[in-house]
Amino acid sequence: MTGAEVRNFVIAIVLFALAALIPLTGSGYWLSIGVSIATFMVLSTSWALFSGPTHYISLATGAFYGIGMYVVGLGIEILPYPVLLLIAAVLGAVLAALVGLATLRLSGVYFVIFTLGLAELIRQLVNWGQTTQGSSSGLYVLTDISEPMIYWQLLGLGAIVYLLGWWINRSRLGFALRIIGNDEVVAVHSGINTASAKIILFVVSGTVATVTGALLAPRLSYIESSIAFSPMLSFLVVIMALLGGAHRLWGPIIGVVPFMLVWDLVTAKFPNQTTLVLGICFLLIVYAIPHGLAGLVEKYRARARGAF
Amino acid sequence: MAGRSALLVENVSKNFGGLIAVDAMTFEIEEHQVLGLIGPNGSGKTTMMNLVSGALKLNSGRIRLFGGDISGLAANRIARHGVARTFQLVRMLPSMTARENVFAGGVFGHRRLWGRDLEENAEAMLEKVGLGGAGSTPVSAMTYIDQKRLELARALVSDPKLLLLDEWLAGLNPSELRIGIDLINSLREEGRTIIVVEHVMDAIRSLCDRCVVMNSGAKIAEGTPQEVLADEEVIRAYLGDEHA
Repeated sequence: MTGAEVRNFVIAIVLFALAALIPLTGSGYWLSIGVSIATFMVLSTSWALFSGPTHYISLATGAFYGIGMYVVGLGIEILPYPVLLLIAAVLGAVLAALVGLATLRLSGVYFVIFTLGLAELIRQLVNWGQTTQGSSSGLYVLTDISEPMIYWQLLGLGAIVYLLGWWINRSRLGFALRIIGNDEVVAVHSGINTASAKIILFVVSGTVATVTGALLAPRLSYIESSIAFSPMLSFLVVIMALLGGAHRLWGPIIGVVPFMLVWDLVTAKFPNQTTLVLGICFLLIVYAIPHGLAGLVEKYRARARGAF
Repeated sequence: MAGRSALLVENVSKNFGGLIAVDAMTFEIEEHQVLGLIGPNGSGKTTMMNLVSGALKLNSGRIRLFGGDISGLAANRIARHGVARTFQLVRMLPSMTARENVFAGGVFGHRRLWGRDLEENAEAMLEKVGLGGAGSTPVSAMTYIDQKRLELARALVSDPKLLLLDEWLAGLNPSELRIGIDLINSLREEGRTIIVVEHVMDAIRSLCDRCVVMNSGAKIAEGTPQEVLADEEVIRAYLGDEHA
């Protein structure tokens, strides 16, 4: 490891340790915001692992997340919780691999639309399943898993995602994805199996999103398909990742923290204007900071270095 | 310098719908040779190159690389077997530095370099193509000829068994052309096996051991550059009936 890597490692550990202390403050408000931030930290960072280098915009996060929720919702009375997490991870990975095989040969726009449709398709299937089984339209998740537990589990998952991302970025796989994002023709002629490189990363991000849904199910206590498979979630993940900067591992988190603080305020004070805020944010990102906050940081850092 | 057969193209055809782009092409290149693939615009040269590198799949026929059948393999598999190429319109990896562009050729090619090996080889290739010390330059800041050089370095760093240069000299001014021809000549003296698609006649005369001439997708002549450029059918294909 280089000196800079050791430094970043220490910074990350300190930040994680500080974040882990939040439940100890006893403030319900900060814990609840903390859970939201941790959720989107995990989702946006793992989303950017795949979409950052390849520029394939996936709107499938909601599909995976919802499946994770339903695995826990359906199984909580029958199986121990850790087993459910494992089942969720395996299901998410298998679904991501299938979707990847079917769609990653598609280019740009078609891929985006397919992933958006996927969440809706799965939601409809779940609805259909529930009505034909004659049960009610939702599921109760009654556990003794407390909110601090959920928060710490999310932090743990986040740490795994960062370690995985760091490892991928310095591996051949990470380099292959950067080449694919630049020019797929060059990638193929350099000897890269582009389909499997993309599928591996899509599986990683899909699995993480599924487990995240599974971790959050106990928090809701009542799961409905419209909440579990919400397209809003997929859009929020993309917007926060882009706001922070999807080309760096540490990019999404610096988008997630300010966005969630503002978002929390907006949903509390102006619940009818959330979509408007989302739209404005998206425009601002695209026009003003195409490389996200991480891009701005890097620009000013380079300028400061140039000045001396 | 008769060597082993490096590439054997047998009866290869490719059609796009009703258009026959490559029509029963057969030719061979021996190890350490430079073969010129020439012909008027639209004669199917680039399509032929794309069939060899795997960018396009052939409809019929067979392509052998050092005896092994590579026909119909995906481009990444063919690259791993040791075929590297440059593109008719130069293709860079724009978000990367010059050095990283060269890395891209070495990491997944048939040498599969990584770490120190990769860095040393990439630096040596930058030096060879005349970009020594320019490794940290972003490609967006490079001139056209430097990008062409960089693309060549990216192809060379994999130590290819067969190098395909698709109009690598096109678009260069006269002094750059001189540099470019010298560069390819130095590769030839190293004993590289190269197929060049070219329009620049000076380059063909001074670089190629043999030439294959294509017209309307088919081979119309084969031989040394002097022989084929004196061939009546070749002259007719390039210039029309009245000149033959």
